[in-house]
Amino acid sequence: MEVETPLAYPTPATDPHLDCFQLVGPADERCFSYLQSSPEFAMKRLLAAGSGPIYQICKAFRYGEAGRFHHQEFSMLEWYRPGFSYHRLMDEVAALVQLVLPMRLDFRRISYRELFLQHLAIDPFTASDQALDAILQERGIELQIKNRALDRDSALDLLLSQSILPMEAEATGLFLFDFPASQASLAHIRVGECPVAERFELYVGGLELANGFHELVDAQEQRRRFEADNLKRDATGKQRQPIDWNLLAALSQGLPDCSGVALGLDRLLMIAAGAKHISEVLNFPD
Amino acid sequence: MAFYSTNEFRSGLKIMLENHPCEIVENEFVKPGKGQAFNRVKFRNLITGRTWERTMKSGESLEAADVFDKKMQYLYNDGESWCFMDEESFEQVFASAAVVADCAKWLKEEESCVVTLWNGEPISVLPPQQVILKVTETDPGLRGDTATGGTKPATVETGAVLKVPLFIEQGDLLKINARTGEYISRAKE
Repeated sequence: MEVETPLAYPTPATDPHLDCFQLVGPADERCFSYLQSSPEFAMKRLLAAGSGPIYQICKAFRYGEAGRFHHQEFSMLEWYRPGFSYHRLMDEVAALVQLVLPMRLDFRRISYRELFLQHLAIDPFTASDQALDAILQERGIELQIKNRALDRDSALDLLLSQSILPMEAEATGLFLFDFPASQASLAHIRVGECPVAERFELYVGGLELANGFHELVDAQEQRRRFEADNLKRDATGKQRQPIDWNLLAALSQGLPDCSGVALGLDRLLMIAAGAKHISEVLNFPD
Repeated sequence: MAFYSTNEFRSGLKIMLENHPCEIVENEFVKPGKGQAFNRVKFRNLITGRTWERTMKSGESLEAADVFDKKMQYLYNDGESWCFMDEESFEQVFASAAVVADCAKWLKEEESCVVTLWNGEPISVLPPQQVILKVTETDPGLRGDTATGGTKPATVETGAVLKVPLFIEQGDLLKINARTGEYISRAKE
């Protein structure tokens, strides 16, 4: 079922790396209203209310994100499948993407750990921070950062995006799954000897196209994550953000076991059209 | 001096990096869906000419460099310093041999050049695209001599030597590409 949720949402994202636009009134009055960075929270509230499988194509807004593959206002396709494992959802994402793209894609699936082992011969879960720093240097990623303080997840991000993914050939669809628990976002964490986040990403030709989760349904855990986000925001000098109590209430009521995915439509279009810059697929880019 | 943050970076911007004045050549915004944003920036070191690439956290800043280009007239040199003058203010600056580099070979008095100044000091000199110089010495070319590929060496009034076609004679005026040191054509008086 296609659904529509508000673009102007009462709470912003708590993600420490996201900044939401806040709406202001005609005399600059600050409203408790923010342009959504993702329809996730609203759609989960619908799922908890018994919607069944739902999808939405809508605009999302992220302040300050501008570049070859980023535009502050962009288009998202997001859908949720109650009862699907995240692996089954990956099958569906692959089918949809292949349907839309004119070229035949070579899909493959690999775990986060396995990809790092294959490309860099390090275990991203157990390698020391110093080992990661050494590999960054070895791979020519020279950092110009105040205090040279780079957190572990950022180091892994740089290695993945600047060293591993650029090696991917054009017509390839790489599904990366089982991320470090520290990068879980709103995904369910599978506990065990080495906890992993049941999260996946799809990269086509090395370009990040979709992000999906086996969704977290535990309200207490979600609340802990929101609070941890705000602590991180505090630590980096960003403003703490109000928590979405409506989402927590919906999770307490009961979110069905489901997997969901968000796909960047502008980027999908870029691949289909062979565009080199996102502005080529937008009518009125910034 | 002012500071520029990564979201103000654009090609051509002059900033300080590791105490060297640099020019931004490329700036790429990099952000994974759920991680922090970075800028991968390519810089051209304005002193050494080399390219540096650095990854910075988005939002961090670099100090602006007091660098700009000025059209100046070459006056003279004493073997160690090359003197250039601002045609409007008559201010003079002195560039070392290292800074003037190869273009010293083609500079004639009163030739107009673009001098790049950092904190008022010259760090590089760009000669005009073409200069006209007189041949002071060259062997007469023998007709039909194509053994050397049809060229011979010639010395011009600045003392520099370049390859010229065989028909060039002493006293001829040559049009020379001062940026590559190549012969272009003969020049009219």
